[in-house]
Amino acid sequence: MNGMTRPPAPAPGLPRGLPGVARPANLSRRGVLGFAAGALVLGVALPPRLARAQGTTQATTPGAAPPPGTRVPAFLEIGPDGAVRLLSPFVEGGQGIGTAMAQIVGEELDADPARFTVECAPPGADYLVVNGIRMTGGSFSTRSSYETMRRLGASAREMLLRAAAARLLVGQATLTTEPGQVVHAASGRRIGYGELAGAALALAPAAAVPLRDPKTFRYIGKPVARLDAREKSTGHARYSIDMAVDGMLQAAVQHAPRLGGEPGAFANEAAVRAMPGVHSIHRLPGAVAVLADRWWRARQAVAALDVAWTAGRGGLEADFSSAVMLAALRAETGAGAPAEREGDVDSALAGAARVVEAEYDAPYLSHAQLEPPSALARFNPDGTLDLWLPNQMPELFQAAAAQVAGLRPEQVRLHSPLLGGFFGRHFLYDFASPFQQAIRLAQAAGQPVKVIWSREEEFGRDAVRPMGFVRFRGGLDARGMPVALHARVVGEGPIGRYFGALQGGSPVDPSMVEGIVEKPYAIPNRRVDCVPHRQPPVIAFWRSVGHSMNDFFYESFLDELAVAGGQDPFTLRLALLRDRPRQRALLEAVGELSGGWKRGPFEAEGTRRARGVAMATPFNTEVATIAEVSIAAGEVVVHDVWVAIDPGSIVNPAIIERQVQSAVALGLSASLLEEVVFEEGAPRARNFDNYPILPRDRMPRVHVRIVESGAPMGGIGEPGLPGVPPAVANAVAALTGRRVRSLPFAKTRLGAA
Amino acid sequence: MLELTINGATHRLDVEDGTPLLWVIRDTLGLTGTKYGCGIAQCGACTVLVDGQATRACITPAESVAGAQVTTIEAVEQEPVGRRVVAAWVAHQVPQCGYCQSGQVMAATALLRQTPRPGEDDIAAAMTNLCRCGTYNAIADAVRAAASAA
Ligand code: FES
Ligand code: FES
Repeated sequence: MNGMTRPPAPAPGLPRGLPGVARPANLSRRGVLGFAAGALVLGVALPPRLARAQGTTQATTPGAAPPPGTRVPAFLEIGPDGAVRLLSPFVEGGQGIGTAMAQIVGEELDADPARFTVECAPPGADYLVVNGIRMTGGSFSTRSSYETMRRLGASAREMLLRAAAARLLVGQATLTTEPGQVVHAASGRRIGYGELAGAALALAPAAAVPLRDPKTFRYIGKPVARLDAREKSTGHARYSIDMAVDGMLQAAVQHAPRLGGEPGAFANEAAVRAMPGVHSIHRLPGAVAVLADRWWRARQAVAALDVAWTAGRGGLEADFSSAVMLAALRAETGAGAPAEREGDVDSALAGAARVVEAEYDAPYLSHAQLEPPSALARFNPDGTLDLWLPNQMPELFQAAAAQVAGLRPEQVRLHSPLLGGFFGRHFLYDFASPFQQAIRLAQAAGQPVKVIWSREEEFGRDAVRPMGFVRFRGGLDARGMPVALHARVVGEGPIGRYFGALQGGSPVDPSMVEGIVEKPYAIPNRRVDCVPHRQPPVIAFWRSVGHSMNDFFYESFLDELAVAGGQDPFTLRLALLRDRPRQRALLEAVGELSGGWKRGPFEAEGTRRARGVAMATPFNTEVATIAEVSIAAGEVVVHDVWVAIDPGSIVNPAIIERQVQSAVALGLSASLLEEVVFEEGAPRARNFDNYPILPRDRMPRVHVRIVESGAPMGGIGEPGLPGVPPAVANAVAALTGRRVRSLPFAKTRLGAA
Repeated sequence: MLELTINGATHRLDVEDGTPLLWVIRDTLGLTGTKYGCGIAQCGACTVLVDGQATRACITPAESVAGAQVTTIEAVEQEPVGRRVVAAWVAHQVPQCGYCQSGQVMAATALLRQTPRPGEDDIAAAMTNLCRCGTYNAIADAVRAAASAA
């Protein structure tokens, strides 16, 4: 079986920044162009004609497609008992977005979020509520759709009131609501939403509806319980990997040892065909597959298949390795393009009392979400295709699947089950999703096929967080205050890779430099150069993207400057934030949360410890982090992490606290342990034995304070991460005198100072 | 034909020797609450009880548990310890993505059946399943709460 066509440009769309939110002038391009690029990609993937065709079948005014997020019946069903089913524009993968959507809609609808069930909506124009596109990522879901979803809930409530007025033959103004019912106070009559829903949802939404006064919120801003806690504690939650349909065959694959290889001859085809349960053997682009009645049988058979792999075109060269890549980044001499420029860095460095230089690097990372990828494809008698797969952009995968299947997008019903973790894993990256395989195999077999990648295949084909490399020069004046900072950021980021052309060839890749530009510190002379250097692997978005390493680089180097200038790192940051009250208040808040700043070393619980601090500004949210560490047997032990987070305003403090816990765990996992090492053109580790992730006994206590400054709403899912690696590194330096400039920490044996 | 007792029901199954218990449970029997994460006993997503012991089903040959009582997450609430553990998991809002949580709940249930009042060392020794979403602190809180609810 040959000729699998790849989908169009592999292009995860990731809007950056909210249009309309004021940004520094030199960075406004980033917000506008980043967003435009995402919209354009999706526009290509999903022409408006098709977008309309995919709406659900409710009648709309002919010729006038309603704006996304306004057609109430596309989102809400209310059962006779008043239970609400919400079709959410977003995919739930642990971040709690389903519950947040129920809170926001329920607040305005006047319905208890606990009465909601939330499912991910199918592809459709109604759901393009993220500034005209749809994706779950970039810590963007709540902040991008907050107003829209409030209005949706308010529209639905107004329709219920109108239907009740008609039913009771009273003026609409004499009616009000209590959770789940319309109340006519004068007569004491009440009608449950369930009774009214049929009539109400058939009405046209009113042009304008009032929103609740935030002072009266009962659900928004409250620690409402997650709607999915019980199903996820009892094994009832269903993920893509759990899906099954009648007559389904199961597929296991073996990929080429190196990306770019193609399957040649089979040495033992007859023997494999005779193995228990085997249905058929298939060659796929870059892989072989065995179909069987059970996945384990398919897996045994495909593992036994002796394939002569031939060198194909593209992919990774046999001599590619992480070590070679890092050396190349270090040796890159290109000038690059300025991503930030203020004052005159060169003169300031020349006139500085002291100059500090340092190089930092961070490795490739896997997403290592616990659910291995899968895809289930079923062609129906009418020629349509049902496809279940983990994804963060339903419309984009629908369009790509249609192209592979030779169908029109509206002939593909795409299902987006719960994600068993994602962290950026499930955008559309080259070679990184099994959906093309499932479609081709289902076509070849004439039966539904579910492909599951083994953990080993997943580690072999996961798209990786890019490798990072930065060279810093900092200048101090005679008093030890930083007066100049120059950073050369070398490498490649996912925005540049996937949207470079759409950004009009902008020489600055925002995903390379975020976390190094836009820092709040009053350092008068600054230059950040974005120096492109192509990285051969398939690179990916990974929780907090460029921030996942850049804040480690910058905030570690800032501590180096503090130490060189004889300053306390916390005090220095306070001084450098003198003109930034929001960030200064947050730094003070985390200091207070930790019981008052102390760097150490000091003794605690029988060990010698120290603390480090770091600030980060990811996804329009401000974060200040302090970590306390000790050293045991040469390794870092992190005891406590304190995080003060200011996302401007919030929807669910309990979910935020847990997202911060989660981000701390992932940030710590990556900085302590994780590294995808490429050797001979392939990642070396293929399972958790060689790619360790944070175990429970290395999880610190995490203390969170949420600060609502009232600034425009920022993201939540990712911002807790970037401050953790530098806070830990700065604590380790305070404790041992040893500055770790290369992640992960596990590479460095540490001794106490 | 292999005879296995899963959640109190006996099944006669056509599986080859060496087939992991995990895939018999998930695939042959369709009980998908037990998860596949790594297949090499690293993550614990596949944890089930075999005669009350927490067992990583991905490396347990199905034939090795013939004659034993196998309990999966689907039956965890059929006895009081499991009910308490689930209640604590919900009360403490433990799950994020949830993918590891079947295994976590089974590991906690096994622990509390054997050690109703676990110390921190007992918890550390028993709760070794991985969680990529970092729910570890909530897990520990929920285990302590389930223990003190006894
Ligand atoms: S799947 Fe069994 S331990 Fe990971
Ligand atoms: S909750 Fe996601 S892996 Fe544990």
